[in-house]
Amino acid sequence: MNLEDVPLWAALPASVLVVMGSLIALVGSIGLLRLREFMTRFHSPALGTTLGTLCILAASMLVFSADGGRPVVHEILIYVFLTMTAPVTAMLLFRAALYRKRERPPEETLEHAADAAETLPRHEPDESPPRR
Amino acid sequence: MNQILGYALTFALLALCAAMLCTLARLLIGPTAQDRVLALDALYINAMLLVLTAGIRYGTTLYFDVALLIALFGFVGSTAFAKFLLRGEVIEP
Repeated sequence: MNLEDVPLWAALPASVLVVMGSLIALVGSIGLLRLREFMTRFHSPALGTTLGTLCILAASMLVFSADGGRPVVHEILIYVFLTMTAPVTAMLLFRAALYRKRERPPEETLEHAADAAETLPRHEPDESPPRR
Repeated sequence: MNQILGYALTFALLALCAAMLCTLARLLIGPTAQDRVLALDALYINAMLLVLTAGIRYGTTLYFDVALLIALFGFVGSTAFAKFLLRGEVIEP
């Protein structure tokens, strides 16, 4: 298959879809690199998993269908598989993260707790008589 | 006029390589183990998209099977890592 042989009505939407999908995946990966905490970092690669994959698979279906002269839809398999398996991985990994965070809290949480304990007014025993 | 698809595919390959470099950096500097597992998950998704884009670029459907295998084994790997982090053992007796 030569890329110049793809008709224009398929080449233009496929180009737009490929560029959009790769940019969406790039944005998700940059978010994974630049966000601060794990819980905020967790959601950004799902952008590439769902929308980026959908765009690039649609472009692939379009190009191969236009080139072969018949509908080529077996790329749907990858999308169905990813849609079914991504939540399983996300749920297991999130539970692991919660478990490990509860098991061994990071130092910044302890420092924040110490700062909060210092800045808060010390709890005085109140003079009012206890309520009967 | 019809060379636009070639340019778009080259741009997409470069963007996906940049995305893989970002996830690789997070994989190397990740402070905790779950960060590294998450980065590995995103890395194989990006690699699968790269293989699919290369499949459109070179015009063979062989790359589709490679992409399907990457998706399958990547899921198994990420789930095994997450289970190991959660329980300390992957396959429990």
